[in-house]
Amino acid sequence: MSKQELKVQEKQSARAQGEHTKNEIYYAPQVDIYETEQEVVVVADVPGVLPEGVDVSLEDNVLTIQGRRDVEQHGGRMVLEEYEPGHYLRRFTVAETIDQERIEASLADGVLRVRLPKAAPAQPKKIAVKIG
Amino acid sequence: MAFIRFTDRPAFRNPWVEFERIRQGLDELSRSYAEKGKAQIRANVYPPLNIYEEADKMVVTAEIPGVKPEDLEISLEGETLSIQGKRDSRQDDFTISYHRREIESGNFSRAVSLPVKVDVEKISAKLANGILTVTLMKAAEATPRQIRVNAD
Repeated sequence: MSKQELKVQEKQSARAQGEHTKNEIYYAPQVDIYETEQEVVVVADVPGVLPEGVDVSLEDNVLTIQGRRDVEQHGGRMVLEEYEPGHYLRRFTVAETIDQERIEASLADGVLRVRLPKAAPAQPKKIAVKIG
Repeated sequence: MAFIRFTDRPAFRNPWVEFERIRQGLDELSRSYAEKGKAQIRANVYPPLNIYEEADKMVVTAEIPGVKPEDLEISLEGETLSIQGKRDSRQDDFTISYHRREIESGNFSRAVSLPVKVDVEKISAKLANGILTVTLMKAAEATPRQIRVNAD
C-alpha cells in the first residue's frame, strides 16, 4: 500500500448555509473519521491554516470545522496556476453523544485533528417490580 | 473560422447543417471569452503547483498537508525541479473503525522544468502548515540588468 501513488484530489467547494457576504472561496476539506471505544476522531486536511484560524464547534449534534487562512501574497507574474487557495468549511452531524467539555483540536503539518470524547453512557437502571 | 467558397458548396445540402455550424462557432467563441483571465490548469500529477516569477527569483508553492519535512526531497537538475515525498496517514491501531476515508496515503513525485536558469547554490525550501514554498534565485545571466543610457 505504501507503493501507492498519491493522486490529485479535486478541491470541492463547501456548501454553506446561506451565502457569504464576502466573495471568498471555501473548500470542503478531505476528511478521515474514525471511532474508538472512547472517542470519535475527525482528521481534516487544511493546509495553510494557522492555529488562530481554526474554529471548531459542536451545536445541536452538528460539528462545524472551519479553517480560515491568510493567503500569502506573491509578487511577480504567475507562470503556473494549478490550485487556488481558500478557506475550509465542513459540517457533520454527529450521531454519538459527545462530552462537549472535553473536545480537543490539534494542528500539525496542515492537518487538523479533532477529538470528540464520547459521553459516558447512562447506567441502565434496573427497576424492580414489586408484587403487591 | 473556416471559409466556404461558393463553388465548394454541395448542390443539395441540408440547410440545418449550416445553422449547426454557426451555433458551434458561437459556442466556441463564448467559451474562449469566458476562460480568458482564468488560466488555471488542472494538475494531473500530485502535488498541484503554483509558480510565480519575480524579477530576481522564482517561487514555487504547493499544498501538501500531512507531509513531514523529513519525508520530502527536493532536487534540481539543470532547470528541472523535482519534488518527491510520501504521506502516511494510516493508523496501525486495529481497534478503530473508520467511518470515512478520504485522505490518501502514498508516494508522490513531480518534476517541473523552469522557464529560466536558476542559481543552484541559492535555493531555499520551507514547509509550514502543510504549504511548501521553494524559492529559487535566478542565475546572474537571467536576471534583468538595468542599462544606463548616457547622454552625449
